[in-house]
Amino acid sequence: MAVGRVSSLLQQASRAGISPYLGGMRASDLLHPRPEGLYCPPGDFFIDPVRPVNRALITHGHSDHARSGHRSVLATRQTLDIMELRYGEGFAETVQAATLGETMALNGVSITFHPSGHVLGSAQIAVEHLGMRVVASGDYKRQKDATCAAFEPVRCDVFITEATFGLPVFRHPPDTDEIARLLKSAAQFPERSHLVGAYALGKAQRVMRLLRDAGYEKPIYIHGALAKLSEYYQSQGIDLGQLDPATVDSGGKEDFAGAIVVGPPSAFADRWARRFPDPISCFASGWMRIRQRAKQGGVELPLIISDHADWDELTATIKETGAAEIWVTHGREEALVRWCELEGIAARPLHLVGYEDEGD
Amino acid sequence: MNRFAELLDRLVLTPSRNGKLTLLIDYFRSVEDPDRGLALAAITGDLSIAAVKPAMLRALVVERMDPVLFGYSYDYVGDLAETVSLVWPQSPGHIPNREPTLGEVVAKLQAASRSDGPKVLARLLDSAGISARFAIIKLVTGGLRIGVSARLAKQALAEFGKVDVAEIEELWHGLTPPYTTLFAWLEGKAEKPQRTASALFRPVMLSNPIGDGDLEKLDPADYAAEWKWDGIRVQAVCEDGVRRLYSRTGDDVSGAFPDLAEAMHFSAALDGELLVGEPSATGTFSDLQQRLNRKTVTPKMQQQYPAFMRCYDALQIGGEDLRALPFRERRLRLETFVGALDPSRFDLSPLVAFEDWQALEQLRQAPPHPIIEGVMLKRWDSLYLAGRPKGPWFKWKRDPHTVDAVLMYAQRGHGKRSSFYSDYTFGVWSGPEGAEELVPVGKAYFGFTDEELKQIDKYVRDNTVERFGPVRSVRADRKNGLVLEVAFEGLNRSTRHKSGVAMRFPRISRLRWDKPAAEADRIETLQALLDA
Repeated sequence: MAVGRVSSLLQQASRAGISPYLGGMRASDLLHPRPEGLYCPPGDFFIDPVRPVNRALITHGHSDHARSGHRSVLATRQTLDIMELRYGEGFAETVQAATLGETMALNGVSITFHPSGHVLGSAQIAVEHLGMRVVASGDYKRQKDATCAAFEPVRCDVFITEATFGLPVFRHPPDTDEIARLLKSAAQFPERSHLVGAYALGKAQRVMRLLRDAGYEKPIYIHGALAKLSEYYQSQGIDLGQLDPATVDSGGKEDFAGAIVVGPPSAFADRWARRFPDPISCFASGWMRIRQRAKQGGVELPLIISDHADWDELTATIKETGAAEIWVTHGREEALVRWCELEGIAARPLHLVGYEDEGD
Repeated sequence: MNRFAELLDRLVLTPSRNGKLTLLIDYFRSVEDPDRGLALAAITGDLSIAAVKPAMLRALVVERMDPVLFGYSYDYVGDLAETVSLVWPQSPGHIPNREPTLGEVVAKLQAASRSDGPKVLARLLDSAGISARFAIIKLVTGGLRIGVSARLAKQALAEFGKVDVAEIEELWHGLTPPYTTLFAWLEGKAEKPQRTASALFRPVMLSNPIGDGDLEKLDPADYAAEWKWDGIRVQAVCEDGVRRLYSRTGDDVSGAFPDLAEAMHFSAALDGELLVGEPSATGTFSDLQQRLNRKTVTPKMQQQYPAFMRCYDALQIGGEDLRALPFRERRLRLETFVGALDPSRFDLSPLVAFEDWQALEQLRQAPPHPIIEGVMLKRWDSLYLAGRPKGPWFKWKRDPHTVDAVLMYAQRGHGKRSSFYSDYTFGVWSGPEGAEELVPVGKAYFGFTDEELKQIDKYVRDNTVERFGPVRSVRADRKNGLVLEVAFEGLNRSTRHKSGVAMRFPRISRLRWDKPAAEADRIETLQALLDA
């Protein structure tokens, strides 16, 4: 895509009557998409670049946002820790920890990290220069989550929002209701094991914590892929209770009867799952709102638990930021742009490449 | 309403029969009257509510939200009921203190007139959450489609009350929603409801398959033999002017076969096989298929494929219950009785005379009509007993057809099989020599041992060409491919399948690791069976 795409976006924006000047400079001169990711020319840095760059600011530790191989990385302490767990010590030449709420300067551009409520360590990044403030949300949610700091709305001129669940059909129920359904099913089918598919960073730990908060005291069995990250969460003061490896050593088939097992969704289609007695496959994801998605994936007990904002949270957040202009990225841009139009807010899709639409 | 909504959501995604039974039984146990009875009626299709058309539903929702946003939403979800339940805007000032119960919802919908139906529906949707809205919409648009048959619901009732399912089937048509007397009896709080209605269903007697070595233990002189007709088992009951035609599980199928139902001018309960054509010129299974799974039948259809009943037992004649008489006695009464009925609609299933098992075996191998699928053996002294008692009745089916086909696609199973590729789509060769291609002819998910399942699963994983969700396409060409010997009971013509054929009851009978894919059967082999 590159430069041609950018300039055509700018032309579109000016044709659409979107004021490209806010404050002292054009918003698109402060941040705009490049093949590597979202780029800030005056600050000379990228946000969540998908290719190795000189200087990267990272919103959170999910692998499509946090990649290895950048020369220098600026992120929260927890995001840096998570990157190190995933990629090893040398994932970047130099790293620098950002403190939430503290402003720092990069080539005269002011940078502030604010919590985004997505996963442990996740942050929005506010970029300010010559009176213009753009906030890149990264991924975010508004539902309460005991495993990470809550989203903080930041007033800004331009808000770059994710749109993973940017359709009015996505309305996440309270996560406590979903966990209650899991526990009810575990009581209904005591001879079977419940296999909960959940992404290894964030979702898995949130599910475990929700189980604990609902009074579930038995050991939770986990897939090996979750061990390091869960241990890290515990070291950060997030109590997940007793976690046991779901290995054959820890028991025969009967020992997993009635057990709740958490693992990455891919593991349940794998031969790994054969150690469990007549498993009920559960999947904790915002996509589970759509019955056909659950059906196609062979999910028997869909748990609608998401680390992304649903439609109501997206629209409420846009209003709260007070932004005059909204850029919509990875997900279903068209519906959110349409909603902004109806609300009289300037909006356009920002075509960033390399992010997983499916991620939740 | 929420518990009903939750039940629907769970049932639709639970593939195993036992899992469904557990969910239903728990629901009956934990939900009170009349809600549980209304839920039961909704599942068995006995709840009558004025229907709301999909166009009306769409009109209601676009009055309340931007049609463009609705369009994006509907495009994505693909199901109207689901989309509307999700996007329905709840006005913030109108959050109700509590959601309506199923009983309240049904009462409001039943009281609504045709003209104020949409308004009543809209008000109900305003008062409910997402899952409850979905359930309400399913109720008014008809057809829950949750993969639970009336039969399974009755089985759940039987297990809930620890009674035989035959007792439920026998009572069923005399009961009406919300079935409070039934639940009271099942919970041991009241006597069994009395049979008050006329022409009720009598639970049928079923047979066991002849197993290896069974025949040697039986004396041919103790048994009568009949052809086993491959039609639909029916029970024709006329009592006090009420005429009903039941399926073998007690569903009333009179509406699907009005031609036969109208010809029932007698006072009796007869057991037999529904077939198509005329007694003197019985139609084939494909003829019969024309009349299956239809809610309404046109006069033309009835004329072209008339239904008749081939009778083989009499449970009641006049006021006399014959079920406690031996088969020999019932048979004599049946012969006299059927002789006096309309010969174009009723005839007698003939007895097949035989000296010994070997002679019968020869007859079984060469039946006189293609719709015969074997022979039945009935002890001359057998009483008519509900269920499947071991000993008095046997079925001895014709050997199945087999075909060698090539594995094309495999799909992951559920529950115990969720980590196995256990559902197989297979095809046979078609097209000219040198340009053969595989055309799918069926799908099977049983017939193999656990050990064989592991082997096929490994084969699928090692030979995957493409993945689509839970389905993998497997390498299958002239040089590579796994040949499966597939057994099946018969073939039907099909316009829905590219191959033009649909198998009945296909299962994997053998894995042919030894057989090269190119030597699997061709479509012509199957087509020849169709024309036979």
